[in-house]
Amino acid sequence: MRRAHIKLSILLLIMGVFLASCRKDEEVIRPTETEITTPDDSGPIKGFFLLNEGNMGSNKATLDYFDYETGKYHKNIYADRNPGVVRELGDVGNDIQIYGNKLYAIINCSHFVEVMDVCTVKHIKAVSIPNCRYITFKGKYAYVSSYAGPVKIDPNARLGYVAKMDTTNLEVLDTCVVGYQPDEMVIVGNKLYVANSGGYRVPNYDSTVSVIDLESFKEIKKIEVGINLHRMELDNYGNIWVSSRGDYYNTPSKTFVIDSKTDIVTDELDLLPNSNMTLCGDSLYIYSTEWSYITNSNTITYAIMNVKTKRVVTRNFIKDGTDKKIKIPYGLMVNPENGEFFVTDAKDYVTPGTLHCFASDGIRKWSVTTGDIPAHMVFTRKAVINN
Amino acid sequence: MKQLLRLSFIVLFNISLSHTTNSQTKVDTTKIYNLLEVNIIRDKIRNEIIPVQVLSGKELKSLNAYSVADAIRYFSGIQIKDYGGIGGLKTVNVRSMGSHHVGVFYDGIQIGNAQNGIVDLGRFSLDNMESISIYNGQKSALFQPAKNYASASALFLRTKTPVFKNSKTNHLNVGFKTGSFDLYNPSVLWEHKFNDKISSSFNTEFMYTSGKYKFTYAKKDGYKTTETRKNGDVKMLRIEGSLFGKIKNGHWKTKLYLYDSERGYPGASVREEPGKFKHQDRQWDNNFVVQGSFKKKLTTNYSLLLNAKYAYDYMHYLSDPRLDVSTMYVNNHYKQQEAYFSAAQLYSINYLWSVSLASDIQFNILDADLTNFVYPERYTILNALASSFCFNKLKVQGSLLHTRVINSTKVEGGKAKNMSEFTPTLVLSYQPFSEDKFHIRAFYKRVFRMPTFNDLYYTFIGNKNLNPEFTSQYNIGATYHKQFESGLVKNIKIKVDAYYNEVEDKIIAIPTSNQFRWTMINLGIVEIRGIDASVSTKFKIRDFYINTLLNYTYQKAQDFTDRNSEWYGGQIPYIPWHSGSLITNITHKGWGFNYSFIYTGERYEAVANIKENYAQPWYTHDLSLSKEIKFNKYFLRITGEVNNVLNQQYEVVQCYPMPGTNVKFKLNLIL
Repeated sequence: MRRAHIKLSILLLIMGVFLASCRKDEEVIRPTETEITTPDDSGPIKGFFLLNEGNMGSNKATLDYFDYETGKYHKNIYADRNPGVVRELGDVGNDIQIYGNKLYAIINCSHFVEVMDVCTVKHIKAVSIPNCRYITFKGKYAYVSSYAGPVKIDPNARLGYVAKMDTTNLEVLDTCVVGYQPDEMVIVGNKLYVANSGGYRVPNYDSTVSVIDLESFKEIKKIEVGINLHRMELDNYGNIWVSSRGDYYNTPSKTFVIDSKTDIVTDELDLLPNSNMTLCGDSLYIYSTEWSYITNSNTITYAIMNVKTKRVVTRNFIKDGTDKKIKIPYGLMVNPENGEFFVTDAKDYVTPGTLHCFASDGIRKWSVTTGDIPAHMVFTRKAVINN
Repeated sequence: MKQLLRLSFIVLFNISLSHTTNSQTKVDTTKIYNLLEVNIIRDKIRNEIIPVQVLSGKELKSLNAYSVADAIRYFSGIQIKDYGGIGGLKTVNVRSMGSHHVGVFYDGIQIGNAQNGIVDLGRFSLDNMESISIYNGQKSALFQPAKNYASASALFLRTKTPVFKNSKTNHLNVGFKTGSFDLYNPSVLWEHKFNDKISSSFNTEFMYTSGKYKFTYAKKDGYKTTETRKNGDVKMLRIEGSLFGKIKNGHWKTKLYLYDSERGYPGASVREEPGKFKHQDRQWDNNFVVQGSFKKKLTTNYSLLLNAKYAYDYMHYLSDPRLDVSTMYVNNHYKQQEAYFSAAQLYSINYLWSVSLASDIQFNILDADLTNFVYPERYTILNALASSFCFNKLKVQGSLLHTRVINSTKVEGGKAKNMSEFTPTLVLSYQPFSEDKFHIRAFYKRVFRMPTFNDLYYTFIGNKNLNPEFTSQYNIGATYHKQFESGLVKNIKIKVDAYYNEVEDKIIAIPTSNQFRWTMINLGIVEIRGIDASVSTKFKIRDFYINTLLNYTYQKAQDFTDRNSEWYGGQIPYIPWHSGSLITNITHKGWGFNYSFIYTGERYEAVANIKENYAQPWYTHDLSLSKEIKFNKYFLRITGEVNNVLNQQYEVVQCYPMPGTNVKFKLNLIL
């Protein structure tokens, strides 16, 4: 009998412990603020947004903001600014841009473009575009590349498209079918160039850049470039720099140059593997994380290319050895005002990454922990705030 | 025709021993099973020198569970990874070493999946299940196939063996289940006794569920959304036929198993425009297994156990952008075959000392219509030498397993390396007092799991240079068991084990150049420190029989992969520090009442133990009431269940919401 009593009290005690650690209402996750550098109010650039992709299927795309004026890094601000938006920012952030007073985030696996107010980061509208990838602008319109083109007879041969969106009423007005799995775009005059990857069609990669006439919004030609194209960057001389991922076996990653005046490939730079690039003046900053299924390893390289001379200026723009600590360079951006540049480290893709800030001489100034897979960055300018 | 029939009989029969039947050997004195015994979870504390938990008989029946996976949530030291709903993938992870380290044995023979190493426990019905047991380390018997030594922990699923009382020669149990999620689940079990030597069992079951349920996500002072889970439907047909035979000093058993299913994959629940995309991914599975075993004591000292199996698994996965514009086209077919043969021999040197040698050979082959696929094959040859001694109050059992793996591929140059490894186990049990109530036990085991075919060869992900993933386990524990002649408490069993596990060369996925391309490497190091404790009691108050079982688990499972990582030493994903369960079962004059409670404490969804990855505790209360009515010669059993009574909205796996309150009714007619 006594034993039963003892047992009962043990039971109640354990139940008590369980109940003590009960569920509470789920709280909105508040931003994490870090003071990382001294405030600097000098330049026209106010700060920048960083879009963290978040691993696929985890609904963990997040938005961070760095403020030059306070020197503070605000990690994960979207949910806090928009507690009423169901399921936060979404699944896999793939691009971020500012145009006018609006901030546009492409949420790839949530299949929409999240449009926010650039000053307040308040949600304005989610514009549905299935499997959307990148965004670019001209005049009144935004252009969004998407993998989800019409399915013809063979579902495996599904072309992608570029959607044309009105930036005032945020409606998709038209679509233009291009090549397979189109990625980044640039606009030169009245022509939109989009890099077709064909990444879903392994080993039959696409190898073309589609050219769309923006007047008629029709594809006018395809330029044969190289397999599995991805990034595009337009320099000040009318040349388009295009990255090819290669096939991860015997065809390595490369950089190509297209002359937009003639639409002819003028250069094929075999020794310039390219995962991501960004232009500042005549300097094209490039890194490459090249996977090989033959060696089962990644090869990471950095380079600055002079786009005028088309010569490599340096093979390592990080000068203090920080590059050894970067596991997977992922995001890249240069501040055009002071030449300081930013490199993110995506690490193992399932834990928070790191953002490194380097002075123009390649010496690290500061680092901060970001969300998962820090990837895409865009500067905010004071002019925008004053609007 | 008759000739053909007989031939097919011979082919199908082969050979089997049921674990149920007490072995005649001197060492294996374990009273493994007693059909009449009534208790909820039978820890064979007094006999087993290795930690084991068992769920069987009536208690298994009265648990609120849709499948084997739901039932084993009540065990201590385990975590179920559950993607939600009846059709969602459910795997078991024992003591945080990962689900690849759990061998799942169906009627004594391991269920293979050379392709991905995963056994979906949600697919195993409780309908024909007689007992479910989980062993840490290995089953502490000597007389078993080498495979039984070859995993870090083992889950044994044992189907019903017919037992005929009096002059009965037929048993029939016709059942029907229905309830939430549009569940329709008719089943038939027919057992027949041909003669004193041979009996048979035939069991078939059909199940349909739409898999639809509502779930809610809400934030305090923020959004609240209720959505319906779609494309979680399952259509399943299972047919099993078995023959059981008795021979002089032995038994045989053979089984034919067919499984056919079609299911939808609802996918991760992430932000998207509500109702816009259909999520139309589908999977079809066909499994065919024929297995048998034969056990015989050939001389006073020598016994032989033979096991054999052939399995064919077909899987078809389809993701079609014509049905859902957001997906990419995937249309893959996988065909796996496995052949297995095992011979185990036991020699009892004297009353206290026995030696056994088990030799297994297994062949696996995988065919798939993937780009650049290498078409792998693998031979696995296992030899286990084991011995046990009894010195007065001390029992010692040791085994040494040799594994040899020979890999090949049809495409030249694609093969993974071969390997040859010895792995040991040592088990001790000591009874410090003369009374047989209190025992101290300990074990050490080192074993590995081979990289799966997917790990090695999956196009664009596989890495053929992988090494096996090793685990080391150290366990110390104590058991106490006391029965009472008078008073309300009839029986009390207490069990506590503390353990330390290491996982080395853990095979993990790492990204390559972008997040859509991953590969596998040997990198991870995990250290797990844990405590499992359980108390089970039986009370009798007048005509009320009350059984209770309380389990508690503490686990600290840390990732020590990268010393320079900010998250070095973080608790690994989905492992709660604290978890537990309580089952209370009351029977009274044909009525049965069951209350079960499961608690999973706070945990993180990633090794970065930060607020973004924090997951709240979840706990569910389940109730069931049943009544057995006797009409003349037959019984009618009616059961009603309410699960997740408080309608808790929770996730076990991130972005895979679990069902809220749901109900189930069961009707069984037993002849």
